Amino acid sequence: MSDQDTKIPRTEPIQSATFTNPINAEIRRAAATGIYDIRGGGAKRKVPHFDDLLFLGASVSRYPLEGYREKCETKVTLGTRFAKKPIELDIPVTIAGMSFGALSGPAKEALGRGASAAGTSTTTGDGGMTPEERGHSSKLVYQYLPSRYGMNPDDLRKADAIEIVVGQGAKPGGGGMLLGQKISDRVAHMRTLPKGIDQRSACRHPDWTGPDDLEIKILELREITDWQVPIYIKVGGTRPYYDTALAVKAGADVVVLDGMQGGTAATQDVFIEHVGLPTLACIRPAVQALQDLGVHREVQLVVSGGIRSGADVAKAMALGADAVAIGTAALIALGDNDPKWESEYQKLGTTTGAYDDWHEGMDPAGITTQDPELMKRVDPVEAGRRLRNYLKVMTLEAQTIARACGHNHLHNLEPEDLCALTMEAAAMARVPLAGTDWYPGKAGF
Amino acid sequence: MQTYDLEANGLRGLNSTLQEQNGGTNKTAWEIVNAKGSHAIAVGLNSPIEVTVKGSTGYYCAGMNQQATVKVEGSVGPGVAENMMSGTVIVEGDASQYAGATGHGGLLVIKGNASSRCGISMKGIDIVVHGNIGHMCAFMAQAGNLVVLGDAGDALGDSCYEARFFVRGSVKSLGADCIEKEMRPEHIAILKDLLARAGADAKPEEFKRYGSARQLYNFDVDNAQAY
Repeated sequence: MSDQDTKIPRTEPIQSATFTNPINAEIRRAAATGIYDIRGGGAKRKVPHFDDLLFLGASVSRYPLEGYREKCETKVTLGTRFAKKPIELDIPVTIAGMSFGALSGPAKEALGRGASAAGTSTTTGDGGMTPEERGHSSKLVYQYLPSRYGMNPDDLRKADAIEIVVGQGAKPGGGGMLLGQKISDRVAHMRTLPKGIDQRSACRHPDWTGPDDLEIKILELREITDWQVPIYIKVGGTRPYYDTALAVKAGADVVVLDGMQGGTAATQDVFIEHVGLPTLACIRPAVQALQDLGVHREVQLVVSGGIRSGADVAKAMALGADAVAIGTAALIALGDNDPKWESEYQKLGTTTGAYDDWHEGMDPAGITTQDPELMKRVDPVEAGRRLRNYLKVMTLEAQTIARACGHNHLHNLEPEDLCALTMEAAAMARVPLAGTDWYPGKAGF
Repeated sequence: MQTYDLEANGLRGLNSTLQEQNGGTNKTAWEIVNAKGSHAIAVGLNSPIEVTVKGSTGYYCAGMNQQATVKVEGSVGPGVAENMMSGTVIVEGDASQYAGATGHGGLLVIKGNASSRCGISMKGIDIVVHGNIGHMCAFMAQAGNLVVLGDAGDALGDSCYEARFFVRGSVKSLGADCIEKEMRPEHIAILKDLLARAGADAKPEEFKRYGSARQLYNFDVDNAQAY
């Protein structure tokens, strides 16, 4: 018998479920730099989402519509409450606000081209409105942000709608920090800031301090724009019932509700992953607020934050949304995080699908950068075509599901069409757990 | 002189009428009566007309002004001349919070005092306050000039960028990264011009200049306690 045979067997090494490799890497990074991680993108942790819901489809008790034969309408009108000119969209999928500065000029142009070809709107961002963006967007929503960089009444009047940004799903209650290397001459000029400094985006509007002030601010914006265009209010998903109710009280035509899976150009990782509610958890309370106030469908609800497919679109609409907005998904459609740039992602210490240091301005795909050489990699025409295709696919998918549930308009999807795979999703979406007629909270249980 | 009775004819009629006075109008002088503290009076103007408001106003008077001269013969509520682009706004009385907030250009003159957060996030506007200003004025101010003939409250110019602040009286405290700076001849010249345009009886040499120390322009964790 050898010594080796008599040795006590070692247990198999087990990685800690608490101190995982990514957690340990973050501890080492924090120890080395003394500063929290800043990044773009949205939440990466898994939280209850639309994947935890299923459509029931039709059998005997429901009557389906013929796929590819019977019409399933997709048009949506936003801003029917007060605006003289509501926005009419061919599809209920819009492009969320993303700023010139955070994105390159060609990327913004591509968003405009793609959205216009699909019959929907795009949205400006923190940097104001560029001529390229206005020129290529048939319907453009102008964001009125706390920073008011590049804000002016001429651009305000060129918009098809105004979106007052109160919060963002990735960072409700927080501002942004765009590192100085991304503040090019043009970005610095548009934002009235010295070139190369860190750009701080404010977390609150400087000239109003609550919902009563907001109501008067909306009056001012309407007076300046002759009551022509809809006023949206965008909130980060945290207290959706009360925020929606107060937005309605303040006079919103449209409420935009952004869940925690929503993206951002740059903010603290700890904020992205630990503040806010999952998108799935936001919708029913917001719809409840609209219903309680008697304005559901009169004040439209746009939901954003991690929308990826036609199934997500259909589920959000079944829960009561009028439309959805996409941000990160649109950037991926344009070509961000594309495997063809894998070797360059690796040089940056990351890999395809994980690149999120958008604030550093070195995006190999040329989308979240101001580097002139990298920007050339985006062909606005081709990228716009890709976005148009993606929007069309999402719409076709949502139509397919709606027809299977027996609906001739996406707006006719309803919670009755859904069930939940998990208790958490059932509670959040207030739809029955699959195979039951019960969800947590129903009838007091 | 055209007279508009706000109480009788309503806010929408007032703003649409004033906004239509662009290019070649001969109705260049307007007087608004019965303002009675209404909000959003004379907002979004974009022509070189002269508007006089008889009495005090509510929120956002002369908001986003371009080219026009708006004079208020009374006091103003929060956000007077917010996001002004050009033109002149003169307030004979006092101003409430966030006067001239986020203004990109033009001249705002307040003959009385201004409350807190005057000039917050200013982006090129010039503001002259004949009296005192409250706390947190010019927070995150990016560009332009804030002139105060009286005293300034707490945290003047907190986290400011390249805006200049000229104060004749005392400053209760300076905000993060805001310091007193040398008054050079070019600053005397800027101030002299602003005082003259604002009808202020003061000598530039009586003022001290404040502005950004530029220590917080690029984030450094060792400065974290400054925020």
